[in-house]
Amino acid sequence: MTTTVNPPTPEQQQGIGTRLRHGREAIAQRWHDAPRWVRWAALVALIAFFYALPNKEFYQYLGPIPTTGSNFTQVLFTVSIYVLLAVGLNIVVGFAGLLDLGYFGFFAVGAYTVAVLTSPSSNLKTLWPWLLVVPIAIALTMVSGVMLGTPTLRLRGDYLALVTLGFAEMIRIAAVSSDFLKGQRGFNQIPHPPGKYADGKPFFGVLDARPYYWLVLTLIILVVIGVRNLTHSRVGRAWISIREDEDAAQLMGVPTFKFKLWAFASGAAIAGLAGALFAGKQNFVNSQNFELLNSIIILAAVILGGSGNIVGAIVGGGLVAYMIERFRGIELFGVELYEYRFLFFGLVLVVMMIFRPQGLIPNRRRAAEFKDRRKEVIVGE
Amino acid sequence: MNFDGLFSNFGELTTTGLTQGAIYALVALGYTLVYGVLRLINFAHSEVFIAGAFAAIWTWNGFGLDQDSQVSGVGSILFYLLVAMIVAAIASAGTATVIERVAYRPLRKRNAPPLAFLITAIGASIAISEAFGIWTRRRPEGAPILISQKPLFHLFGVPIDGVQLLTLGAALVMMVALDQFINRSRVGRGIRAVAQDANTAALMGVNKDRIILMVFIAGGTMAGVAGLLYDVRIQSLTYSVGFLLGLKAFTAAVLGGIGNLRGALVGGLLLGVVENYASGLFGSEWKDFAAFAVLVVLLMFRPTGLLGESLGRARA
Amino acid sequence: MRQKLARVIGGVAMLALVAGGTACSSGSDDEASGGDGCGSKIAFFGALTGSSAALGINEKNGVKLAVEKYNKENADCKVELAELDSQGSPDQAPGLAQKAIDDSKLLGIVGPAYSGESEAAGPLFNEAGLVTITPSATRPSLAQQGWKTFFRAVGNDLSQGPAAGTYIKNVMKADKVYVIDDQSAYGAGLADEVKKVLGGAVVGSDKVQGEGKQTEFSGVVTKVKAAGVKAVFFGGYYQEAGLIRKQLTAAGVTAPLVVGDGSNDPAYITTAGAAAAEGTILTCPCAPAAEARGTFVEEFKALNGADPGTYSDTAYDAANILLAGIKAKKTTRADLLEFVKSYNGEGVASSYKFVEGGELDPAQVKVWAFKVQGGKVVPDQEIPKA
Repeated sequence: MTTTVNPPTPEQQQGIGTRLRHGREAIAQRWHDAPRWVRWAALVALIAFFYALPNKEFYQYLGPIPTTGSNFTQVLFTVSIYVLLAVGLNIVVGFAGLLDLGYFGFFAVGAYTVAVLTSPSSNLKTLWPWLLVVPIAIALTMVSGVMLGTPTLRLRGDYLALVTLGFAEMIRIAAVSSDFLKGQRGFNQIPHPPGKYADGKPFFGVLDARPYYWLVLTLIILVVIGVRNLTHSRVGRAWISIREDEDAAQLMGVPTFKFKLWAFASGAAIAGLAGALFAGKQNFVNSQNFELLNSIIILAAVILGGSGNIVGAIVGGGLVAYMIERFRGIELFGVELYEYRFLFFGLVLVVMMIFRPQGLIPNRRRAAEFKDRRKEVIVGE
Repeated sequence: MNFDGLFSNFGELTTTGLTQGAIYALVALGYTLVYGVLRLINFAHSEVFIAGAFAAIWTWNGFGLDQDSQVSGVGSILFYLLVAMIVAAIASAGTATVIERVAYRPLRKRNAPPLAFLITAIGASIAISEAFGIWTRRRPEGAPILISQKPLFHLFGVPIDGVQLLTLGAALVMMVALDQFINRSRVGRGIRAVAQDANTAALMGVNKDRIILMVFIAGGTMAGVAGLLYDVRIQSLTYSVGFLLGLKAFTAAVLGGIGNLRGALVGGLLLGVVENYASGLFGSEWKDFAAFAVLVVLLMFRPTGLLGESLGRARA
Repeated sequence: MRQKLARVIGGVAMLALVAGGTACSSGSDDEASGGDGCGSKIAFFGALTGSSAALGINEKNGVKLAVEKYNKENADCKVELAELDSQGSPDQAPGLAQKAIDDSKLLGIVGPAYSGESEAAGPLFNEAGLVTITPSATRPSLAQQGWKTFFRAVGNDLSQGPAAGTYIKNVMKADKVYVIDDQSAYGAGLADEVKKVLGGAVVGSDKVQGEGKQTEFSGVVTKVKAAGVKAVFFGGYYQEAGLIRKQLTAAGVTAPLVVGDGSNDPAYITTAGAAAAEGTILTCPCAPAAEARGTFVEEFKALNGADPGTYSDTAYDAANILLAGIKAKKTTRADLLEFVKSYNGEGVASSYKFVEGGELDPAQVKVWAFKVQGGKVVPDQEIPKA
């Protein structure tokens, strides 16, 4: 204890950050106090904005928002898939507090289920329509979630993170190496969702990504409503009690294992849905779609946005997926920023965790916890 | 299943597995030390390893040696190995220090939850690995052939070469040195004290920050040596190899019992051998699959690893 | 198809009209197309960053050389090069393809470089009628999906694989061969064809991980060594090929390694080390550096500061085909597509004429064997068709 560093005093901490925080709290308070109809109107306007977003007639007026390096509508589709995944992972990490580093594995299970059952290059040759396969994909991912969860959910914290990471890597290797899953050769000609325009042209075509985006957006809204209801129910309260203190929850009579499994399975189901949607849009699925880095990106997105808060997860997932694509096509001093995107991503993670570990839009209860922790006296620091 | 492939090559699969396992073990020590003291998966440790491995290659390049150079004479081989080892160890320890100072220490000051540490670790790992990738233009860098891999002698009919001897020998020496350091030295006592109960140790006059820094430096030195051995063995290095190697080294640490130095050695060697047997039995493409399958199965039945967690014995 | 194409073009035009009506900014984009071809663009589509970038960079540099040369010769009417960096990943491909399609000045694409991304992007290009010439995606199924816009400037795996097998069987007279692949669409496809030709001579096979994911091949090396083979075939790219060769030699395996064009890159020799690489056989569906190549190598080096790598030459040729079309005032997508379809001419790597499905005319596909000698790749012999 020769070189004791003084913790920053409250006075030192008073700065832009604090003022910003006050500002945001004021906005949050205002939002909370606003009449019900105002909140509804704002929400409807926001949703309408996102439905309008992929139309070129609309987004070309939005200045620097549309991506320049890749088609904006296609990027929006990718972003929406990430948002859906973030909402799903938020149940596992944010609500139940289970650190899942292999979440993308479930996405792979969903996409591969669709691919195997619908593609003409599959060994099964079932060639089922997309719509029929989606529920099967969701069910199968749920089952795989339960299968993985039953033995592993007894583990806690870092161990669970490692097992899930290992599991995702095993799925990837299986996808690369097994003959049944075709490896890098993949599955082509996966059918699109059904639906036709009045003139007989398919609604879900090849060139226009807007319908897919609208489909995912609609499903996100439905999933969010479902998850919200779930969290306000007995299940949600059980999850939060597990996250806060698993032993205490157990002592109070919460069947922790059952609810952890529930969280795991429902999170997996949402990832399966996302995978099925992805496969239906993409036309082609192979092992290159499922890199380990994707799992990490989604987890980071949820934490960045504010784990435990649905809005936070949505913002995090959207922002991360969008920013990565936004870098494309921007040149600075003769180098394309896209090359540096993961470098920035890594640095942002570090900086963010140091200055705002609770995330951009934190859950109120979580934010309070973080505040409490900071006040706790740490010896020797 | 190719039992013939496994049994007819059993000896060689074992020796090459042990060699690779020794490298896992050295890297695993870094994970185990940090986890034992801070209860933190130092995800960025794989990049500590990479820094050392690149430093060694660049040192040789500085001496005018490239992938086609042949070095002869025991004296000059030893000289190049020693210099590269020192540079690699310094580079790795330096990287580890920077990571600790920039990424972890501010979080400790704020008493951040474990999740925040994990995310910063991942962030630091991605950032460093990408920096190396951009710097090397994502191409492999070649190392000179310092030691021939021609068999020196046969042990029970299995050829043994100089690289295998060096790798295993160096790993064992480093391991024993670290063990002595932790168990005999003053700083080592501090490390054990902080691992057992950080706050009490601090109250007893142990400078926690300094101890933590020492832990990172010790782990970094081991990783640097591992990087050098990797270069000698593979003679080529790409920026992206750290991630998987780090993951496997961590697996090795967990296998042996995280926080347990001897466990890291046992886990590393075991993992190296097991994955080699799997590649003999099922084909090389299932090698990594086997490594993770072992991890998952082990954690389910014996989450504390084979030898148990021990650096801080008081932990429940 | 033409009807469909017309409908699509009509639809695009309608959209452009609507867009033009609502915003003046988008109107200017459309004027240049269909004009004299000045300011039109061609694009390179492939991995420029990420772990599989090396091949893409080789190709991009070839395309760059072609465009620079064209612009020097036609200084009054330049063509622009757009780069679409897919990282070789199929999930990025549709967005980039769409981006290329949206750009009305963009008339043709060199790429996509890999087979996987071609699978994902192909349907979009086909729907939009945007011509693509891939310099390196050799997966046979790409030509069998009825895409009107797909052209391939190299022979597919079905031409190279059997040739490599024939070489091992007839020239090297190897009766014991070990076959390894990297599980990529390219490498596995090639290895499968080689296995078919060699039949019983294949005494063992193994798979490794590609894309730089595996660097430690002791498991494979042990098995190859134990098998005591006369030759080893590896289907995959140069990075793994170099490391496998290096580790085989280190372990005392002297049997020559036979690799496909994916490993035909200067980096193969630097990775393996000149001593270990000596004697390696590289097959390539391309002709050696004969008179036709002219000053390509020097010019390439002058522009990019490095020797041309694998597929730099085919990419250069593919770009030149598109540029020849633009020079001939084929400055709409439909015209350029027709031009490429009926193209017949010489390039630095081969002669080009496309047949059904966009494949390179099998009569034009020559497969050559090259050999590493004294640290350099030198032509060995043309492999006769089996």
